[in-house]
Amino acid sequence: MAFSIYDFTSFNQSIDKLLYDSLPPFWALIIEMTIIGVVFLLFYAVVGLFLVYAERKVCAFMQNRVGPNRVGPYGIFQTIADFIKLLMKELIYIKNADKLLFNLAPFIVIIASFMAISAVPFAKGLHAIDFDIGILYVIAVSSLGVVGILLAGWSSNNKYSLIGAMRSGAQIVSYELSVGLSLVTIIILAGTMQFSAIVEGQANGWFIFKGHIPAFIAFVVFLIASTAETNRGPFDLAEAESELTAGFHTEYSGIKFAFFFLAEYMNMFLVASIAATVFLGGWMPFHVSGWGGFNAVMDFIPPLIWYFGKTAFIIFLMMWFKWTFPRLRIDQLLTLEWKYLLPINLVNILVMAFMVLMGWHF
Amino acid sequence: MNSFFQYFADIFNGVKSLLTGMKVTGRYFFSPWEIVTQQYPENRKTLKMYDRFKGEVIMPHTANNEHRCTGCGICETNCPNGSIEIIQDKIDMPDGKKKRIIDKHIYHLSMCTFCGLCIKTCPSDALAWGQEFEHAVFDRTKLTKILNKPGSSILKDISE
Amino acid sequence: MKEVINLPVKNIEEEEYHINMGPQHPSTHGVLRLVVSLQGEIVKSLKPHCGYIHRGIEKMCEKDTYPQIIHLTDRMDYLSAHINNHAVCLLVEKALEVEVPERVKYIRTIVDELNRIASHQLWWCSFGMDMGGLTCFFYGLRDREKILDIFEESFGSRLLHSYYTPGGLMMDIHPDFQKNVKVFIKYFRKKIKDYDDLLSGNVIMQLRTKGVGVISKEDAISFGMTGPTGRGSGFSCDVRKHHPYGVYEKVQFNEIVRTEGDTLARYLNRMDEMRESMNIIEQLIDNIPAGDYTAKMKAVIKLPAGEYFQRVESARGELGVYVVSDGNKTPFRMKFRTPSFSNLSTLDYVSRGCKIADLVAIGASMDYVIPDIDR
Repeated sequence: MAFSIYDFTSFNQSIDKLLYDSLPPFWALIIEMTIIGVVFLLFYAVVGLFLVYAERKVCAFMQNRVGPNRVGPYGIFQTIADFIKLLMKELIYIKNADKLLFNLAPFIVIIASFMAISAVPFAKGLHAIDFDIGILYVIAVSSLGVVGILLAGWSSNNKYSLIGAMRSGAQIVSYELSVGLSLVTIIILAGTMQFSAIVEGQANGWFIFKGHIPAFIAFVVFLIASTAETNRGPFDLAEAESELTAGFHTEYSGIKFAFFFLAEYMNMFLVASIAATVFLGGWMPFHVSGWGGFNAVMDFIPPLIWYFGKTAFIIFLMMWFKWTFPRLRIDQLLTLEWKYLLPINLVNILVMAFMVLMGWHF
Repeated sequence: MNSFFQYFADIFNGVKSLLTGMKVTGRYFFSPWEIVTQQYPENRKTLKMYDRFKGEVIMPHTANNEHRCTGCGICETNCPNGSIEIIQDKIDMPDGKKKRIIDKHIYHLSMCTFCGLCIKTCPSDALAWGQEFEHAVFDRTKLTKILNKPGSSILKDISE
Repeated sequence: MKEVINLPVKNIEEEEYHINMGPQHPSTHGVLRLVVSLQGEIVKSLKPHCGYIHRGIEKMCEKDTYPQIIHLTDRMDYLSAHINNHAVCLLVEKALEVEVPERVKYIRTIVDELNRIASHQLWWCSFGMDMGGLTCFFYGLRDREKILDIFEESFGSRLLHSYYTPGGLMMDIHPDFQKNVKVFIKYFRKKIKDYDDLLSGNVIMQLRTKGVGVISKEDAISFGMTGPTGRGSGFSCDVRKHHPYGVYEKVQFNEIVRTEGDTLARYLNRMDEMRESMNIIEQLIDNIPAGDYTAKMKAVIKLPAGEYFQRVESARGELGVYVVSDGNKTPFRMKFRTPSFSNLSTLDYVSRGCKIADLVAIGASMDYVIPDIDR
């Protein structure tokens, strides 16, 4: 079993071979799926808890506070304590609520982000599925989450929730376009939709540098649109605290609320990791062509660190947005999308296509 | 054509104003020495209230357990919400006259609005502000206090 | 008057969508209940329900002597407690024709302006929070803390001071008062730039406030809007300028009037008022004359029979105190004309046709203090 921190392909293949050699193919497949499922669940829990803690600390430091500092050293166990509290809280059942949909909604939200993360490559050979239409799959699956939000708003039989859900519907349907189109810009440059191929394509330079101006514009548009898609930052109209108390999850309590809460952070992690993969080279180290020594040093840093570093950087950017800007109004939100982001995006795609045609990229 | 340029000027100015805002929060993020949070239970030892802080009404006593209260009841009449109750006592003076003194100066902290009229109007300056502020108790009867300490007597120069 | 927007109702099934904003709602800053009827996101009409925090302060005043009334006025508009106290003190002094020492007038003016800055800082916090920028809240509170520390050092408490008495002050200012105020002004002149960078200039904030909730000058006057809110509509109503009290005649300051009448104008008015208050304090702080901190007053204050009225400029607008005295030591009838109540009356009229988010922004720009509305 050849284990290397730089390349997980042979490690994974040896496990695969071991299972298929010792078990019938059906059971081997089942066990493989179970292992991956459990690994993702654990990963989910850890990342979710860490992100909640990180967000609190980041916002605290931006606001001249110290943030959580009571549970454990520097408050690192605060989110775990919160999670235990949420687990033990009563699940309140609302009279006249649509029971089935009400209970279903949090699962849809969390499953959507769960499914999407499976296509993301964490390091060389370290991904659950490597679709050849990876980007399309992620766009398709991640937009399922809005169904959960709409259901939550509708079924809780609360007026605030309904307004929040309707806002969220309008918002995500619009911003889905920008997310897709900005990724299409990079697909044109990369010539593939497969995540592993996209990452490999950035071996001699990340796409944001390779595709210079149009790629940078696409990156900014993706950042804005994906922040909106995750219902965060200046675009948190669906839960707009000062207007709708808590928006679509007003009536949720206990672990079901925790699902929404966790899904928000997981969506943030998901879009950050897609941005990192597509624009910033995923797990690919930073290379400057011609600088052999520098490249060798960069190669020495394990790909997992590169990947998480880039993701953390983008997550930090999104937190920075959230804790700086006031919230947009719903009509301004749609104006921003349809009058600014979408036209810019469409022109940007043309520029990128022309550039790729003429070979003007690096 | 003008509106065409306006479109891009709007985008440019908008982004610029957003970056200005991000500069402010970013600067505070990277300057943790500007944090103003006081970590309260930990800093109890070093926490010092201002001399004039209105924590509660107290009656200062000297080392000989003497206070300055004559029991005149002016604080009671001046209190806007009845937080002070005076119970007077009469003692026989050596010359045969009766003299009233304070028996109990009852102070309901739970009703006090900290207006300071009792302290301001007291003719013999018997009352003062105490700096104690941790008044939380589980039983509200504990908030009713008797300000003159048991066995205390009035200061000599006041009573004459 | 502006025409009230009547949205077309298509059929009987399209009922009004009522939501209750409050009494427990993050954007009402207290226990104000707004029954809002909506059509989608658009506010059709709005009905404020007051009285959730009515304590009958006016009635309670009728059994209290004049010095005792002071501590009740603290609890009306708790964010400008000093200014409320000032109104009652001025009224009693006017009725008794007492001349208070110059020192008292100077200190009262400085403290009033400090209180106004503190109040506007808290308004800025909550405005930012209502707009969705939570960071504003902490920056505002951080700077307000500096003023509260000055207050605590001198007057013993942070919010409800009861510092003024008829005829003077409770006690003299702390020896460090002048030094600390100067330090604060230097500090806050630096920090107010952050406020502008973070919120005033922000494109989202500009978009959400410009042209939203416009009140014309005529409407502002007929609704009795005063303070920064009324002055945002071009109604020159600064009591400090028009009916000066304290030492406002002796200082140079501008009355800040904007004519746009929208949320942004009201916002910028308050921001400018903070700067103007700092100017006033800077002119006075070094020139506090020596002298007594209180005039000679009788132990029992009895107002001669008659009617008295006094107004001051509180942080929210014009605060009027009306007293009918029958010659006793307690007033026969007491009435407060509070600015928040008049400003609230416009909310229905202004917010018709706006979005819910606009309603929150308009409400924030009016700067209600709910106990001031209900009393």
